[in-house]
Amino acid sequence: MGALADLTIARAAAGLSAGEFTAAELTEAHIAAMEAGRGLNAFITETPEIARTQAKESDARRAAGKAKGPLDGIPIGIKDLFCTEGVLTTAASHILDGFKPAYDSTVTRQLRDAGTVMLGKTNLDEFAMGSGNLTSHYGPVISPWKAADGKDRVPGGSSGGSAAAVAAHLALGATGTDTGGSIRQPASYCGIVGLKPTYGRCSRWGIVAYASSLDQAGPMARTVEDVALLLRAMAGHDAKDSTSAPIAVPDFAAALTGNIRGLKIGIPEEYRVPGMPKEIEALWSQGMAWLKEAGAEPVAVSLPHTKYALATYYIIASAEASSNLARYDGVRYGLRVPGDSLDEMYENTRGAGFGAETRLRILMGTYVLSAGYYDAYYLKAQRVRTLIARDFRNAFEKVDALLMPTAPSAAFAFDEKTDDPVAMYLNDVFTVPISLAGLPAMVVPAGLDAQGLPLGLQIVGKPFDEETVLKVGGVMEEAAGCTAKPSFLR
Amino acid sequence: MPLDQDTVKTIAFLARIKVPPEARAGLANELSRIIGWAEQLNEVDTEGVEPMTSVAEMSLFRRADEVTDGNCRERVLLNAPEVAAGCFAVPKVVE
Repeated sequence: MGALADLTIARAAAGLSAGEFTAAELTEAHIAAMEAGRGLNAFITETPEIARTQAKESDARRAAGKAKGPLDGIPIGIKDLFCTEGVLTTAASHILDGFKPAYDSTVTRQLRDAGTVMLGKTNLDEFAMGSGNLTSHYGPVISPWKAADGKDRVPGGSSGGSAAAVAAHLALGATGTDTGGSIRQPASYCGIVGLKPTYGRCSRWGIVAYASSLDQAGPMARTVEDVALLLRAMAGHDAKDSTSAPIAVPDFAAALTGNIRGLKIGIPEEYRVPGMPKEIEALWSQGMAWLKEAGAEPVAVSLPHTKYALATYYIIASAEASSNLARYDGVRYGLRVPGDSLDEMYENTRGAGFGAETRLRILMGTYVLSAGYYDAYYLKAQRVRTLIARDFRNAFEKVDALLMPTAPSAAFAFDEKTDDPVAMYLNDVFTVPISLAGLPAMVVPAGLDAQGLPLGLQIVGKPFDEETVLKVGGVMEEAAGCTAKPSFLR
Repeated sequence: MPLDQDTVKTIAFLARIKVPPEARAGLANELSRIIGWAEQLNEVDTEGVEPMTSVAEMSLFRRADEVTDGNCRERVLLNAPEVAAGCFAVPKVVE
């Protein structure tokens, strides 16, 4: 049965439709893998009974000739930031203790309607705030990749549980969310494919909000094709989210033609940051060489405000977080710590319920939004954001897509970087600008570093042009031919 | 501009988060460091630049002004830590 967990979504779909195995068998293989992989702490909540029921329903549909499409019967993980009806939803925070939503998020409902099987809710940084999956109330996730030095590595964050589960073959795919790099950076660290769609491509309804002007759901899987299949089910306009775009959802997998002849690929000069490791720079050049061999044309572009993106991001994201997280007050759901007055109850609940990083960002956000500082910090950051987005718009007048690294290094060890928030924030230096501009971007595994850890390259597209991103990514995947397996699977 | 402990106390109250007095100094340091780092944005000339409030270059979609759900009090109260008479219960607000 182990072999069933090693398939891709596309291959599993073909097997299901050819009757080589059933959704129940495919699901049992993954439930067994999930149990065997508990040491990674990739799941906060396992839902084997729901999975078994959904698999059975899928097999019944198929037997009746009513299979729903390529995702029918496919077992996936759901980041524990998506509300799932009747299933504990924690955002990896103590403050959501016991919260069982009375509804499904739009994205998870659509995935369910497409016939997917939910294996469980995957671990993450608390409220999706982090780059190492170190801030979860339910403990850190351990990457299935061990480095040559033998030390455990972080899976990246915030969608670290999803990335680890997919990389360790505990799930065929998973949902993630990306506010400043939370799909792309863990995908790179875990050697899988992760796509952050254009802001507005997927509904945010029912996803625990962190920074509403940046948050976007997206798929994580082991191949570009699988990501395309998942995205098609996740995307689409939703009347419940006014920021979801009323744009038709294409057949993303059909974009994988392998033909990128004549496409112009921008190489942003500003991403050669000082101190960037040589192997990242070499991989980047290699990536461009692969695309060039396939007939694409590299074009130097400039994104002059890149260096200001991180500070802009942390002001805007903290401000929005302080506002969004005001709802956790011990009244309607989750933790309540009693107090003599209403204010004291609020303060006790929030003092006990939020972890250190969440508290820091809420305080930071409260400060930059407070009277006397609003213009100096928040409004200033919003103006710089306009300039950052304009840089990308100018670049896209000359090119069809951009190619850049995902993170300044491979996954770090648990004892690195943890005591300095600013050093930790630097992990996001290559992903944050794209989030600020709301653009689609996908990370594809491209090689290994000297320690044997995976590195991914990032392809960025024009708004709502995920198809070009996928097309270029497909060519890169083929050229890179990454076959290395995480140590967990060896 | 460095934040002092009094500022931490004030913003912690604004955010309704209990911060023990002994944690204020550490938070003041951390926040000062982040704010100080973020002040690099002052180098950017933003004269005449509009602040971005929405990244999507589209006007907001409007839905029909119709009631689409309701009569679901039990579901609304399902996760409440304390319920009284079909309402969320909180500590006494009016003396």
